[in-house]
Amino acid sequence: MTEVLPREVLICTIARLLDGVRHVAVGASSPIPAAGAMLLRALKETGGVIGPRISILGSVEHNFFTNGSAELFDCAGQGRIDAFFLGGGQIDGFGNVNLVGAGSYPRSSVRWPGSFGSAYLYFVVPRVILFREEHTPRVFVEKVDFISAPGVSEDGIYRRGGPVALLTSKGLFRFDKSRPGFELESVHPGHDLADIKQATGFRFAHDAEPRQTALPDRSTLDLLRGRVFGELAETYPEFAAQMRQDLAAVDA
Amino acid sequence: MLSEPRAMAKHIEPGMRMALPVDYAGVSMAMTRPIIEHGAGNLHLVCVPTGGLQVDQLVGAGLVRTVETSAVSLGEAGGAPRFNAAVKEGAVRLKDATCPAIYAGLMAAQKGSPFMPLRGLIGTDLLRHRDDWRVVDNPLADGGDPIVLIPAIELDVAIFHVPMADRFGNVWIGRRRELAAMAYASRIVLVTVERIVEENLLADEMSAAGVLPALYVTEVARAPKGAWPYGLWGEYPADSAEIARYAKAARTADGFSAYMAQALMESAS
Repeated sequence: MTEVLPREVLICTIARLLDGVRHVAVGASSPIPAAGAMLLRALKETGGVIGPRISILGSVEHNFFTNGSAELFDCAGQGRIDAFFLGGGQIDGFGNVNLVGAGSYPRSSVRWPGSFGSAYLYFVVPRVILFREEHTPRVFVEKVDFISAPGVSEDGIYRRGGPVALLTSKGLFRFDKSRPGFELESVHPGHDLADIKQATGFRFAHDAEPRQTALPDRSTLDLLRGRVFGELAETYPEFAAQMRQDLAAVDA
Repeated sequence: MLSEPRAMAKHIEPGMRMALPVDYAGVSMAMTRPIIEHGAGNLHLVCVPTGGLQVDQLVGAGLVRTVETSAVSLGEAGGAPRFNAAVKEGAVRLKDATCPAIYAGLMAAQKGSPFMPLRGLIGTDLLRHRDDWRVVDNPLADGGDPIVLIPAIELDVAIFHVPMADRFGNVWIGRRRELAAMAYASRIVLVTVERIVEENLLADEMSAAGVLPALYVTEVARAPKGAWPYGLWGEYPADSAEIARYAKAARTADGFSAYMAQALMESAS
């Protein structure tokens, strides 16, 4: 069995989560989500079908908007963007996201950049994937200190979108908006349920023995390590170089 | 209409509402120092829709009373150090927003309308802390359907940097239409450019589509590499090493002052 790097597991999982989307938007400085979207596009095109359109914010090569940065939000409002990624300084068990700061507001003890487009996109993009590599109790909290974007809305509030999954360095969760809450779907290689429970500040549903996250097959891995890392290097040269260096270290 | 950066900074008066563009749209870093030297303070910055280095430096220089923004950061170089410190000390008033709300406010101003409705936002703490935003029931629905009204963001001054202007004050903004949105909403528009061209940019239909006409432009000044250390679309990439150097230096107020003093000596030599 070929060794698969932890970040390759994340990229392949993202490609699976995006299956079926026509247009995915990726924020600036998000190489792993971008790689997942590019992998899906490569898999589709290899299979002879049209892959998703990928918009990467702040990129020149992957920007086909001509109406300034407002166009992304207008496009999302029209229902033309199917998937988007959100991170967060804090994410809680109700799918609430905090991109503003820890502690009280406005004088946050730790200030993060701010909410960006989250307070809008979370409502209108159907498939929002929460992605945060750091899986610790300071990120995954019981209740966020500030709601930049709420996981669910009351009946009667216009809401076409929201979270579908949460992907971390340790595992993959599905979001159930009817509860609302997360359910552990799978655990990445090298981690287990006890480890994830200890690192998560909110309660989540899970099987007694959760399964392992599916690993990519040989042909997917070849496509990722060849074509996709090549495409990725145009926008994220440092990340692509790092991945290739890590692979070389494993092979050696 | 053709000016130079120091003369343009004289348009800025204390307390003005000043719009500045996102990192990659064309930030007039060339205006930062003239603004600081001019010294008009108590500014209300409107970041379109997010802010970075320029916002951090104006905050660090003590000129800013209010920051209205969807985010402030130095991108890959991390958090904006002087902005974050000012937030912690309560030295600036925050009007936290979300990107499309900033655009909605500018669009309302552009149309001379009092507000623009916007989906989303309901249930966020952004809305809870914005007493200028209102929630109303959609008057065109049969009942219910609450929606947020974003008031017009009327600006005193907008400042940005682009590749070129012509001798008539027409400014080429290409597809960075957020620069036009800022200009339409602003009484005074100050633009720095890489170069001034001889031909009328409106004479050719190919370039005319990407032109902000002189009608909206107050003054233009030539400032080669005027976005540095940010990049400028179609011209040059960002100098990420310099942005990282600033991020490190500005972790303390003293480090910030030393960085700004050194940059001053370099610009004078």
